[in-house]
Amino acid sequence: MKVQEMMDLVGGKLVCGESVHNQDIYYGFASDLMSDVLTLHASQHLLITGLANLQTVRTAEMADIGVVLLVRGKKASPEMCELANDLGITIIETSFSMFRTSGLLFTHGLQPVY
Amino acid sequence: MRYVFDIEGGNFDKAGQASSEIKKVMKQLGIEPAIIKRTVIALYEAEVNIVAHAYRGTLDAVVFEDRIVLRLCDVGPGIEDIAKAKEKGYSTASPAVREMGFGAGMGLYNMEKNADVLRISSEVGQGTVVEIVNYLNNRHS
Repeated sequence: MKVQEMMDLVGGKLVCGESVHNQDIYYGFASDLMSDVLTLHASQHLLITGLANLQTVRTAEMADIGVVLLVRGKKASPEMCELANDLGITIIETSFSMFRTSGLLFTHGLQPVY
Repeated sequence: MRYVFDIEGGNFDKAGQASSEIKKVMKQLGIEPAIIKRTVIALYEAEVNIVAHAYRGTLDAVVFEDRIVLRLCDVGPGIEDIAKAKEKGYSTASPAVREMGFGAGMGLYNMEKNADVLRISSEVGQGTVVEIVNYLNNRHS
């Protein structure tokens, strides 16, 4: 799935990072627990989370996650955007819940990690 | 090559900065991405543990030709039962730490999973020493 298609499905708004609309993402993982995110071995996956703080970006950095989707209307802070920009991480926001977001993306072909 | 960083207890704004620097160094050295990922995940969990539980700590990282040795020492409450702390799901983290997305009892599990060698020693009321060794080739992964 292209990032653009994902954004269209969830009404996502790109708020930090470079334009990656044409980039492919194959797997999705939804969690508010960052240690759970750090258990993943998949690459090119999307992190779907309602946790919006600096550790969300740091966790994405350590886990080699390039795109973070903030759900439930959570907003990326200026500090998060600054760090994400430095690290080349893209942050997208959606007002949809984690359940709705995950369901939509799953039914349109985004694969689960487990 | 040796790198030393101070880690501030309780300051989640800075948590991960030392791990981020080590990741940059490993990338610059051309180390295989999979080994970098395992190493920084183990290190990041250890760094977050210091921020979450200790008053202050240091990371002493030494890169050898065949391995990286990461030694994290903290001044803090220590770990009463290391075997129990390693159990998946066991955590003594505060609600504030949980709000940051940690404290689910996965930290030591993730460290063990991503370290070729993990040594933990602790004295209650004094602090904890964590040593992570990862080999820079695939033979040990």
